[in-house]
Amino acid sequence: MTLHYGQVRGADRPGARLFGRLGGMVLVVWGAATVGFFALRLIPGDPVDALIGLGSVSAQVRDQIREDWGLADPLLVQYLGYLGRLVQGDLGTSYRRQQPVADVIGQQFPPTVQLMSLALVFALLLALGSALLGRGRRTAPLAGLLELVAVSSPNFWIGLVLISVFGFGLGWFPVVATAGFGALILPAVTLAIPVAGIISQVLRQGLDDAEALPFVDTVRARGASHTRLVLRHTLRHAAASSITLTGYMVGSLLGGSVLVETVFARPGLGRVALNAIVDRDVPVVLGIIVLAAAAFSMVNLFVDLVFERIDPRLATEQAYA
Amino acid sequence: MSLLAAAPSRRIKRMPTPAVWAAVGFLLLLVLSALLPGVFTAADPLRTNIGEALLAPGPGHPFGTDQAGRDVFARVIYGSRYSLAIGFGATLIALVAGLAIGSCAGLVRRVGDGVLSRAIEIVMAFPEFLLALIVIAIIGPGEASLLMAVALAVIPSYARVARVQTLVIKRAGYVEAARTLGVSPALAVLRHVVPNTLGPLLVMATMGVGTAITAAAGLSFLGLGPKPPTPEWGLILSEGRNFLASAWWIAVFPGLVITSTVVSTSILGRHLQARSAGRQR
Repeated sequence: MTLHYGQVRGADRPGARLFGRLGGMVLVVWGAATVGFFALRLIPGDPVDALIGLGSVSAQVRDQIREDWGLADPLLVQYLGYLGRLVQGDLGTSYRRQQPVADVIGQQFPPTVQLMSLALVFALLLALGSALLGRGRRTAPLAGLLELVAVSSPNFWIGLVLISVFGFGLGWFPVVATAGFGALILPAVTLAIPVAGIISQVLRQGLDDAEALPFVDTVRARGASHTRLVLRHTLRHAAASSITLTGYMVGSLLGGSVLVETVFARPGLGRVALNAIVDRDVPVVLGIIVLAAAAFSMVNLFVDLVFERIDPRLATEQAYA
Repeated sequence: MSLLAAAPSRRIKRMPTPAVWAAVGFLLLLVLSALLPGVFTAADPLRTNIGEALLAPGPGHPFGTDQAGRDVFARVIYGSRYSLAIGFGATLIALVAGLAIGSCAGLVRRVGDGVLSRAIEIVMAFPEFLLALIVIAIIGPGEASLLMAVALAVIPSYARVARVQTLVIKRAGYVEAARTLGVSPALAVLRHVVPNTLGPLLVMATMGVGTAITAAAGLSFLGLGPKPPTPEWGLILSEGRNFLASAWWIAVFPGLVITSTVVSTSILGRHLQARSAGRQR
């Protein structure tokens, strides 16, 4: 899941290790941009059609457009040009909206980030609740069942059910996307449920594993209650192992936002991605690819660094791996 | 989604066998409904009848009727063939391709392995759903592209597991023994390494079928799969979305069937995982 550049070689030099990892990050983003760039050339049809939309223009104008957008250059020149601009932070210009891709993405970034952040909070709370529920002997099968259903339900269907129950049925939440916080709750819960199921499974496994460790006997011998043992001691161990899931969670939330934003008719990155793909707006699709790869590798870098802080055993283990 | 494969194994063994049987039974019913839909319903999934539009679930229509008066139960039954075809088809493609790529990466020397591993890592940097969307952008919407998109999106996960398995197994004593006895490297790989890699991949694939069905339904919910009035589950859900206020049953029942399908494949997959883990010990 993570890049392991220089982990063994540079284990005694944290600076070198960080440098190696940053290099790995750049490699992933470059690879994603490259694969995306060439793969999206495979889209059948003339990009000029995507540029002019539904109107029809003469062959001469077509050639002019091709010239203006650099589409007449050899593929390699286009590729190197794209990379050159990418390094400077320029993601190109949208075919459809005729505005910089960075602006298109930037405008739709806040609603998606709001949605994802709230969903992450909900997911962690739900997972914690379910994991603690799973500690009781009687309630453990219930927690297992809840997890299984949460992980297995398509999130767009959960959204539809929540809308019909809490929107149309009980009238607690607005059915259409409005500016208020209330309109954010159902989409966030929808997005959170499948992720919560996964985190809960990992947390419960972590709690099980932690309970087998010798320090548990010490804590018990000191007369600590079971609740205290879980909350103060084993949960910490379990939480540490769940942190490795962060990368997966961000990816899952990002992918899920496409569906959830469609279900709730909300603006956001997911909708931008979907529309760009339907409209064959190559620069926007490529921009989202690059953004996703950058986000993924940043999250992983962050997880690796945090993880070593939380669990020093790991750094040593890797050094001798 | 591949994280399902990492599901805790200790708890699974406590899973009651009746649940596994129920899961197998449900999946068999589903396969039967895909092959012989006429056994389950006499209604035609495509026949419209405006006089009976948006009827609530009742004796004549167990899942109610949709905006065009079509029987939702019949549409769900006939829809199982699309979802199952895509779920099984995509998983099979991903399994075969992942096995091929992964075992090559595990077998070749350092440089080749490095390149393949990096490539897998780069592809895995994308959320699977985004990957599937991109594939659809390239090959265009439709049933066949749905299958390819879902398959391509999960190949890296299978390849990664196959690679790790291959790395472990090629060092195993029995492979060394076979080589010492004069078995050629190619034969040793085909006879010993690949079959032993297949086990964990098959467990992964069992759970993968459910994931693939969800992903395909999601893509077709977005309008990237079959065209209406095809009775495909994701498509029925997207039609039902417009009638949530008046007719919840159009969206709720197909989703319930999708969820039950995925729950069943997960239960079966975990059971197989627990069994294979037991054998290894």
